[in-house]
Amino acid sequence: TTIMAVQFDGGVVLGADSRTSTGSYVANRVSDKIVPIHDFIWTCRSGSAADTQAVADYVKYYVDAHSMELGRLPRVRTVANLMRKICYNNKDNLMAGLIVGGWDPYEGGQVYEIPLGGTIMRQKFALGGSGSSYIYGLVDSYYREGMTREECEIFVKKSISHAMARDGSSGGVIRITTIQSTGVQRQCILGSDVCMAMRWNHDYFYHGLNQRLKDG
Amino acid sequence: MAWAKENGGNNKAAELNYVDRSLDGPSHNFSLMPTPSKHTQYPYVTGSSVLGIKYKDGILLASDTAGCYGSTVRYKSVERLKRIGDNTILGASGEISDFQAITNLLDELITEDWMWDDGNKLGPFEIHNYLNRVMYNRRNKFDPLWNSLVLGGIKKGKKYLGMVSMIGVHFQDNHVATGFGNHLARPIFRDEWKEDMTLEEGVKLLEKCLLVLFYRDRSAINKFQMANVTEGGITITEPFALKVNWELEAFRNPTKGAEGSW
Repeated sequence: TTIMAVQFDGGVVLGADSRTSTGSYVANRVSDKIVPIHDFIWTCRSGSAADTQAVADYVKYYVDAHSMELGRLPRVRTVANLMRKICYNNKDNLMAGLIVGGWDPYEGGQVYEIPLGGTIMRQKFALGGSGSSYIYGLVDSYYREGMTREECEIFVKKSISHAMARDGSSGGVIRITTIQSTGVQRQCILGSDVCMAMRWNHDYFYHGLNQRLKDG
Repeated sequence: MAWAKENGGNNKAAELNYVDRSLDGPSHNFSLMPTPSKHTQYPYVTGSSVLGIKYKDGILLASDTAGCYGSTVRYKSVERLKRIGDNTILGASGEISDFQAITNLLDELITEDWMWDDGNKLGPFEIHNYLNRVMYNRRNKFDPLWNSLVLGGIKKGKKYLGMVSMIGVHFQDNHVATGFGNHLARPIFRDEWKEDMTLEEGVKLLEKCLLVLFYRDRSAINKFQMANVTEGGITITEPFALKVNWELEAFRNPTKGAEGSW
């Protein structure tokens, strides 16, 4: 898995790959690792699929009740804290690495990372999953402060493509979710458009095919 | 007691209470089949050393701001020095999630103390005792909070600097350090610390030790914070870096005297 979230002025961009593996077998090649918790707050899941689905469902339920009681949009910080409480208090039994990204009218776009153990860290951008190890260098050199929404989306697409290229546990399509005060937009970058893998595959496949056709 | 409720585990009384299922506890209650109690955890995201010294007007604490995930420096802006109330500062090394839980507990404690509104405020000695009890009792349940805590403060002119470890060992001293700091910084403290240092002297001593830790501790980075408690209040600095020195002539060609060796 490779998951990522970047904050920009006015919102966040969340990205993830779509591969779920059981050992060496790819159980689901088009899974959706970005789940909605509330209208403007979404979460990227990594680690045990069962654990993260369960935690996300609990948090969704609690936030639903909380926001109804509150009568207004919940804070991203609240959602992240709820998630942290569950992950921390059950740390012996869970394997869950989560990234909470969202927008609220009080503090704007925010990204919170909750790694194994239940620490909570607010960051400008966050990486998670097995594939993230391969792109720390890329992300450190490419990231700069004050990127626009489009730049953040390109940043996320590029980073996840590179992670998918090198990590066996990451692959499939890149799912991007952009959250702003105006709304939420979801994109899906299909395998054929994933830049890193495709550039290598495309040249080899079509060029090689044409060559072989010519040779007869 | 706040900490007893936070503990989502072997509390027999809590297991029988089905109505009061708190958000904090584990999601399922397997009371039909008693599971063997086995809680010792492993640290995941850890902080490195914390240093503390007493000086003329109060206490100085220092630490770096790295959060390591095994050998990866995953987080570079972890604040490991926190203010507790008006006259105490807490620094922690070890598992960051447990440190965040401890600061939550202490915030609740301080709020409750403030609500008494009785003209008395918890001082560093009291907080030291509280933390010691928390750490020791968790250790007795084989479910430790994986931290080494440094606590410093000053109340009514009495300075306090002490340490509580994850197994409940606690003591006070003129200078303390956790983790690598025990081995690298404390010898320097023993040599160069003296009674009634000025703020400048104290800062210089800490900076010297922080630099040694950066050179020699694998999980340290060149980004530090310092906290200062005096009767006047608490200041925690913004993160700063120290000037490193790699310019020793012998470093350029370390095998000069013995070619062919490593």
